[in-house]
Amino acid sequence: MTSTLTPVRKRSALTKGQLPKYAPYVVLGVALVLGAAILALIGFNAFGWGVVSAILFAAGLVGWSAAVEGSRKAKDKLATCLVVGAFLVALLPLISVIWTVMVNGIPGLLNPGFLGTSMNGVTGVFDNRAAEGTGPVVGGIYHALVGTLQITLLATVISVPVGLLTAIYLVEYGNDRPLARAITFFVDVMTGIPSIVAGLFAAAFFFAVVGPGTKTGAVAAVALSVLMIPVVVRSSEEMLKIVPNELREAAYALGVRKWRTILKVVIPTAISGIASGVTLAIARVIGETAPILVTAGFATSINNNVFGGWMASLPTFIYTQILNPTSPSNPDPSSQRAWGAALVLIILVMLLNLGARLIARVFAPKAGR
Amino acid sequence: MSKRIDVKDLNVYYGNFLAVEDVSINIEAKSVTAFIGPSGCGKSTFLRTLNRMHEVLPGARVEGEVLLDGDNLYGPGVDPVTVRSQIGMVFQRPNPFPTMSIRDNVLAGVKLNNQKISKGEADALVERSLRGANLWNEVKDRLEKPGSGLSGGQQQRLCIARAIAVEPQVILMDEPCSALDPISTLAVEDLINELKDQYTVVIVTHNMQQAARVSDKTAFFNIAGTGKPGKLIEFAETSTIFNNPSQKATEDYVSGRFG
Repeated sequence: MTSTLTPVRKRSALTKGQLPKYAPYVVLGVALVLGAAILALIGFNAFGWGVVSAILFAAGLVGWSAAVEGSRKAKDKLATCLVVGAFLVALLPLISVIWTVMVNGIPGLLNPGFLGTSMNGVTGVFDNRAAEGTGPVVGGIYHALVGTLQITLLATVISVPVGLLTAIYLVEYGNDRPLARAITFFVDVMTGIPSIVAGLFAAAFFFAVVGPGTKTGAVAAVALSVLMIPVVVRSSEEMLKIVPNELREAAYALGVRKWRTILKVVIPTAISGIASGVTLAIARVIGETAPILVTAGFATSINNNVFGGWMASLPTFIYTQILNPTSPSNPDPSSQRAWGAALVLIILVMLLNLGARLIARVFAPKAGR
Repeated sequence: MSKRIDVKDLNVYYGNFLAVEDVSINIEAKSVTAFIGPSGCGKSTFLRTLNRMHEVLPGARVEGEVLLDGDNLYGPGVDPVTVRSQIGMVFQRPNPFPTMSIRDNVLAGVKLNNQKISKGEADALVERSLRGANLWNEVKDRLEKPGSGLSGGQQQRLCIARAIAVEPQVILMDEPCSALDPISTLAVEDLINELKDQYTVVIVTHNMQQAARVSDKTAFFNIAGTGKPGKLIEFAETSTIFNNPSQKATEDYVSGRFG
């Protein structure tokens, strides 16, 4: 008797005054066609087509929405268009860089011996032959790879203890004392030091202490650690700060000394964040060029001793290969090697970032029943 | 294995601010003493001075004496770490160490101090402490799992197990049940009743029924107004405080006519 019959209607009263779901696709299609037509009038290019179509799409969708849905929904659509647009603008250079390096770098990387040989004995004669097509592109980045890994490793070995201990002082012992405030201030200043200044500092320091003309991998490592320490301090400081005070108090209440509390409770709790911060700091300095040029010089042969002799690194290798090609009349083999080295460098940084995520996951405090 | 605490004319300062004024109190060994009073009256602050935990905050200092079986905690040359290994503490929010398993949490007091302990002794200590905290049957099959996976009430009992594993003389509890549901609260209260056979227990609570249920003696703290120091108003047998208090302020507070 009292059964209510649902009136059969095509659209619910609650969804009245909305654009259909396919609206954005329709507008996108129209915008693309219109954009192509407008660009055809003034001379077609892909970049202009994208820009004009994007503007037309935003204007069309917002206008349609304003007509059907009212101003609130139209503003929402406009904001969405702006946010997505900004995201695309930010993403574009990144994809472009990766694409360019991949396209230019893969031929060099696929060269036999690229990762396993150095530039020792590779002269313009070989490059000229390669350019004429009568010989292979020879030479590789082994010496630069060894240099980069050794210099960065040594810089990490210097920076992590100094940076971590500074952060521990600031968070656990500093108590906002004048010394702690001064350290915080100078760490901030150090973050902004141009990398070439760090290189000059390390070079001048070793000239004064060891002797004029001292250029070794170790000098470069000192220069890089000047750049790295503030990053390590800042990231470790933030990580130590978010360790809840309750955990420290819990340890104190068990009669545990402060240094043991820091070593066994605070640092293990923060270790995942500290480790990923350190990895990101390494990624930040591994691509530095200027400080290495003035501190480690440039080498074409393999130097396994970080404490003696000039040393190559990937960034300085790229720099010299582009600026002073091995064969000045045929720079193509050199630039192929430079792009290959650039690809290897990007892969290294990417691996470091993946490593940081992995470390963060492995060390993270586990929850679970 | 329990000691008495005698406090004489204790003033507690944060910098120049007098937080608690002129407290004298005698806490018997093997008894449960409850501190009650409105928020901000300094009862937690006073509790923390009993094992020198207030010193963790910069600028905190005390005047007066706290005697643990006659030894002054604030005497010259007394190491706060020694004090805290004799007077354990359980906090308002359960705070098991997130990087450690249940077993390691119980052993934290031993392991963090790098004391050598054989596996057999460690197993016995873990079982004894967890049984003492009424948690053994619930966790005995998952001792290697992280402590943070337990429920709130279980975590709090784990913290109590951790505190009794170092075999202190006195256990201080700072509102141990305020973050727990009624069933977990009951478990912790039962535990407090058992603990007083071996330990001196001091508990801060906002819950007057809880104070009436668990404590032998009750101290009522009050504050004259914001910015004024907290004071000990009355300290007597729990039944006296709740049924026949000598002070008007105490009667108002326990009968809900406060403020």
